[in-house]
Parts: sequence; structure tokens; C-alpha cells
Amino acid sequence: MEGMLLVSPSPHLRARDDINRIMWSVACALAPAVAISIYFFGSGALWVYAISIGAAELTELVCLKMRGCPLGRAADGSALVTGLLLAMVLPAGCAWYCPLVGAVFAIALVKHAFGGLGHNIWNPALAARVFLQFAYAKQISLSEWVVPHKLWGPAVDAVSRATPLATEQVARGYHYLDLLFGNGVPGSLGETCKVALLVGGIYLIVRRIVDWRIPVFYIGTVFALTYLLPAGKEPAAWARDPLYHVLSGGLIIGAFFMATDIVTTPITRLGRIIFAVGCGILVSIIRRYGGYPEGVAYSIVLMNTCTPLIDRWVRPRLYGSRTPKAAARA
Amino acid sequence: MTPQTDTKRFPRGGVHPKDDFKARTSGKPLARMAPPAQVAVLMAQHIGASATPVVQRGDKVKKGQLVGEARGFISANVHAPFSGVVKAVEPRIFSVTGALVEAVIIESDGEGAWAEGLNQPQRVESMDAAQMRSLVHECGVVGLGGATFPSHVKLSPPAGSPISDVIINGAECEPYVTVDHRLMLERTDQIIDGLKLIMRVVDCETGWVAIERNKPDAIEAFEQALRGEPNIRVAPLSVRYPQGAEQQLITAITGREVPSGGGLPADVACLVHNVATTLAIRDAIRLRRPLIERAVTITGDGIENAGNFIELIGTNVADLLERQGVRPGANQVILGGPMMGIAQGTVDLPLVKGNNAIIVRRDVEAPLPRACIRCGRCVEACPLGLLPAELSITCEAGDWEAARRLDILECKECGCCAYVCPARRRIVQLIKQGKVELRRQKKKLEKEK
Repeated sequence: MEGMLLVSPSPHLRARDDINRIMWSVACALAPAVAISIYFFGSGALWVYAISIGAAELTELVCLKMRGCPLGRAADGSALVTGLLLAMVLPAGCAWYCPLVGAVFAIALVKHAFGGLGHNIWNPALAARVFLQFAYAKQISLSEWVVPHKLWGPAVDAVSRATPLATEQVARGYHYLDLLFGNGVPGSLGETCKVALLVGGIYLIVRRIVDWRIPVFYIGTVFALTYLLPAGKEPAAWARDPLYHVLSGGLIIGAFFMATDIVTTPITRLGRIIFAVGCGILVSIIRRYGGYPEGVAYSIVLMNTCTPLIDRWVRPRLYGSRTPKAAARA
Repeated sequence: MTPQTDTKRFPRGGVHPKDDFKARTSGKPLARMAPPAQVAVLMAQHIGASATPVVQRGDKVKKGQLVGEARGFISANVHAPFSGVVKAVEPRIFSVTGALVEAVIIESDGEGAWAEGLNQPQRVESMDAAQMRSLVHECGVVGLGGATFPSHVKLSPPAGSPISDVIINGAECEPYVTVDHRLMLERTDQIIDGLKLIMRVVDCETGWVAIERNKPDAIEAFEQALRGEPNIRVAPLSVRYPQGAEQQLITAITGREVPSGGGLPADVACLVHNVATTLAIRDAIRLRRPLIERAVTITGDGIENAGNFIELIGTNVADLLERQGVRPGANQVILGGPMMGIAQGTVDLPLVKGNNAIIVRRDVEAPLPRACIRCGRCVEACPLGLLPAELSITCEAGDWEAARRLDILECKECGCCAYVCPARRRIVQLIKQGKVELRRQKKKLEKEK
């Protein structure tokens, strides 16, 4: 044997999935929803994506440089996913500086200020969305949203606002199929076409990148609670219609892509169930009684905050902890 | 063959590493090559107290003669693997710890004679358990699966802990390694004989031979050989690492969990011995043959002629590699399997009793670890229900007390956590470090008292 031998700790085999593969897989899983949003909203969507992803990657580079990390990490896909997700929860037609400020906030303050990938407490894209909600409420919630191209049926004549949970003209409610495909449904870029999101979400579950428990328990809780909770502020036509709630707003994108963010959710199975049920309760309460039509972002960010506590309390049962030792030695 | 539904497995965690290498050597019979000219027999190559050298420079030793004597119950004798002359008693590197350990260096004289009374058929039928145990002790048998725990100790379960199941561990769940597979095919009857002797020693009625499903020929061989043996059953296991870890094996077969906090298999009435150990125990009791050789798989993409070999304990690893041919670009040598084996800084090392494999790999690059992304894959993979992510973080921070509260001492270092870690964290290394620190602190506290 000539030359130096590489001494590295066991195990000497590693599974294929590393951070890069996981992040790029998430980006691929988002691709169908991104594609359909570009069809729905045209150039109004394209430049939101461009600014959001561009700003996220640039901020990532600057922060990596400042922190003395290898710049190659900017290609690990995590900033790309943050930029994509942020754009997807912004409306087409929002002010150009919304994705810019949001992306910088997400990467610099939510992620790197806490120590970078792995150390952030909140999902960067969602925390930025919540920040924008406060900082630019008018530019995001009240600006005139771009009317989406429809997949079928007559074109939408009126300018819609916010999500189907809030629009006046939809107090009567949308057809389930329209909601499922996002046909003519207003909303943020990436949240409207549930089918595209489900395709990506199921891919991630099959690839075991996300835990199925989170979307299942999150959506299940919303389904149950919107049926069970006493009436609140929503229009009577669909207030007690759980399916309508599940298919409206950001619940699907939130449950499959935001609440499943590996960094900001609990590390145990039971912890993730608690997390998801907590998200579901919060969404249901905010939607029904809160001041906002939509509560997905808040629910996830609030439960992100609880994640360290959940991780502290919930531990798997230790092997052998219930077996007594033989009497002679006990 | 038994239907798949009979397949046993441990209930939680584990991984399934891709293994292209078992197929490379599993068809190659164990070969005995020309003995080396010189060996270095380490005095400490087992768990427990070092043996004490009982020969000096210039002494003539016979094959199988005692050269290091176990002093203390948890220790093991070591013997000369061939006849020759003691050239020196000096330190050599112990591949498991990397530390220098006293070794008896013996130069062969080319004569094959065993020391008197060794390698002779014994009157086994008239022996009692104590006599059999003392033969195992005398012959220096230790766990050959890699743990190297002295076998006579395992054969002496604590009073009040009767053994109901003796399990022969032929899982061989480590990728690449095929020695137990070969032993099971080539020495089937002797393994069964060894199992029966063990059952006699611990007065147990039920025996198991546990084999992973990726060795159907071995399962077949034992099922054939065990026809008409109602007390001994073959237990086919699902192919899942660490199926061959003692705790996981016991749980897979009996459903019982070895108690945490330092519990023993005997606490759940089990006794587990590896295939190779069973043979060594059998040879000790039947023939009074000291443990002077072992089966080794030499493989990896950096080895020209991979195969399974019977090698003398104390043989220089560098010589073995030279004999089998090292391919250009080879830059890593692992002693043991790829999941728990140890990468060596040098190959100028003597083979020890615990070395079941030598793996040479080419163009290996160690991935750089990143911060934990809390994906929880390690939690899913841990067969013991630990939180490896938290353990690695607390150990990195030097918070040993927090690591202790997270049950770091329960960890068996199987490596499933680090195998699945997408941040490529060196979880096992951090945990090992944490355990060392905690033991050091405990010792210090005891001294202060």
C-alpha cells in the first residue's frame, strides 16, 4: 500500500440522500405547481419567481461569505426552495419589492441569523410571508390581484381578491372541481392548483423525504374541526363544508410543503403528529373566528415555534426500558 | 424452505445498505494459505483485562502454547499460532483502539507440531459444565463477530438467570462480510455440534440458528442437517442491518427486549454466540484446540483477489493485502465490516481475534459534515429508540451531562443513524467521544470519593 490512508469514522457506507438531493427533490416536487401557476398568471407569475429566487440565492451567497462558509453551499438547493416557496405564497401582481424584501428577510434573518440551514426556528419562506403580511399588508392583501387564466369555462370577468375564503362573489362557493384544479380560483401563485401540489407532495412522501403523517394529520384535523366547530364568520354556504375548507386557500401547499419542512418540524413521529394536529387546530380557529380569512401561514409558524418544546417532551420509547433485570442482579 | 411469513425481524429502526460486495466472495470457499514467517500476538485483543506475557525473548514455543495468560475473570488467554522462537515482547498497534499494546513476536521454525495435549479428542461425554467452561477459558475463545467478549464469561450466566434459548448468530448483517456464510456452508455439522455443547453447558433446551434470508443456501443446509432435531430450529431473518446485533437478534427471535441500563441477554434468558465463536467453542471443548486462527473476508473494490481465508492470529495485515493484491487508487483499509469496522491509518498491524474482514476501498472521499437539519431520519433508523440527532448536537457542544440524559450509554454504535444522515454528520464518532468523556468523569468521581 502506498500513499496516505483515509481515516474516517464508521459507518463507511452512506445512504444516497444528502442535503442537496433532498432539496433538489423538493424543488422538483414543486415543479408541477410552478408550471401551472405560470399558465394561470403568465408573466405576472414569472417575475415574482425570478425576483424571489434571484434575491434568495444572492442573499444566500452574501450570508455564506459573511459567515465564512463554502460558497458552494448556495447550490445545495435550500435557498432555491425557499425562493420558490416564497414566490408561491405571494400573489401575482404584488409590488415588485415584496418578493425581494421577503427573500432577503427569509434567507438573511430567518435562516442565517440563527446559524444557517438546520438552525432556523421558522420555515424561512413562511416567516417571510408573515412578515410581508404585516409590513406590506396593502401591497399583498388589498392590491388588485391578477385574474388567473382558466382551464375551462367562461373567463373570470371581475377582479378577484385574496383567496376563495374571502372573496365576496364567491360567498356562494366554488365548485369542488374548480377548487381542485384551481380553475379560475384566485389566490397566491402556487397554492391554487391542488392537483399539481398533490402530485409533488405524493412524490415526496413516496421518496420518504416528507413524513406522510404531517399532511394527513394536518388536513384531517382541519377537515374534522371545520365540520365540528360552531359557526363563525364564514359564509353559510360552505362554512360547515370540510371538503371546501380543505381545498381552499393555502392548506394543501402548507400541509405538503411548508409544514413538512424538515428543519422546523419535530424529529419524532409522535412529535410530528402533535405538530400537525396543532397546525390544524390553529388554522380552523383562525379561519372560523379570526381576523384573517386564511390561517395556514400563521398556524405553521406558530407550531414551528413550539417544535423545540415538542422535541424536548416527545421521545421514542427506549429499547429495553420496560424489561426488568433478572432478580438476582437488580 | 420455510415460507417467507416465518421470517423474523426486529421491530424498529434499522437500515438496508446497498451491498454489491457479498456476492463477490460468498461463493469462495475458505482458503488456507501458506503461513507467514512471523506473527505478532497481542496481549490485549479482547474486552477485559490484558493478558500477561508468560514467555520471554528467546523462548521456544510450540503451536498452541500459551503465550499470554488471562489474569482476572473477564480476560482471555492468547496462544502461539505456530511453533517457533519468541523474537521479542514489544508493543504493536491494536487495530480496534489504535493504541500500542504489548505483543509477543514469534518467528516460525516451520515445524507444525502442536504443544502437548492440544488438538486431541477430549472425553466430552463425561465432562460437566465447569470442565467444558474451563476448556473454553483455557483456549482463549472470545466473541469472533467483532465484540471479542470472552466466551467463558458468557457461558457462565449469573445465578438465578436460567437460559431458555441459545441463539447461534449467523445473521452476518454487515455488508461485504461473508465468513460466517462460508462457515455455515462448510462446517454445518460442527456448528450444530457447538450449539449442542453450549446448550449442555448452560443447561438449555431450545436452540436457534438465525440466518438472514440473503443466505438461502445456508438456511437450506441447516434445515437439512437439523431434520430430526426437535429442539433446534432455523430462524430465517429479514435482511436488515443490524439484524445481527445481539439485542436485535434476541428481540427478533423471542420478542423479548434486553433490559436497558446495562442489562444482559441472560436477563431475558437468552445466550447468543456468533457462528465463528460457536465453532471455536466447539473446537475448544471437543479437541482442546486454542483459538489461534480465524476466518477473514478480504474484499473491497481496492482488492485484486477477494476471498475468504483462514488466517493465523497475529499475521501482519500488510502482508495479507500484498498477497491478495491491492489495486491502484486504494486509499482506505477497514478492519471489520463497513458499518462498524475501523478505518486504519496504517496496515502494519497484526490480525486480531475480532477481525472478521479486511476491506480495501479505492478513491474514497470522506464527506464533510454539515449542521444537523433535524430531518429525523436518524430517529427513524435507530433500533434502540435513541435520538441520535440530539446526541450528536449535545456531544458536539461538549454537554456530556445532557448526552447522558439522552441515554447515550445505551448506544451500541451500529451506525444506522450516520448511514442515513443527509448532513453526513459523524454521529457515531461524536457518540463514542461522549461515552469516553462520561466514563472518564465517572472514574474521576470515584477516585475523589
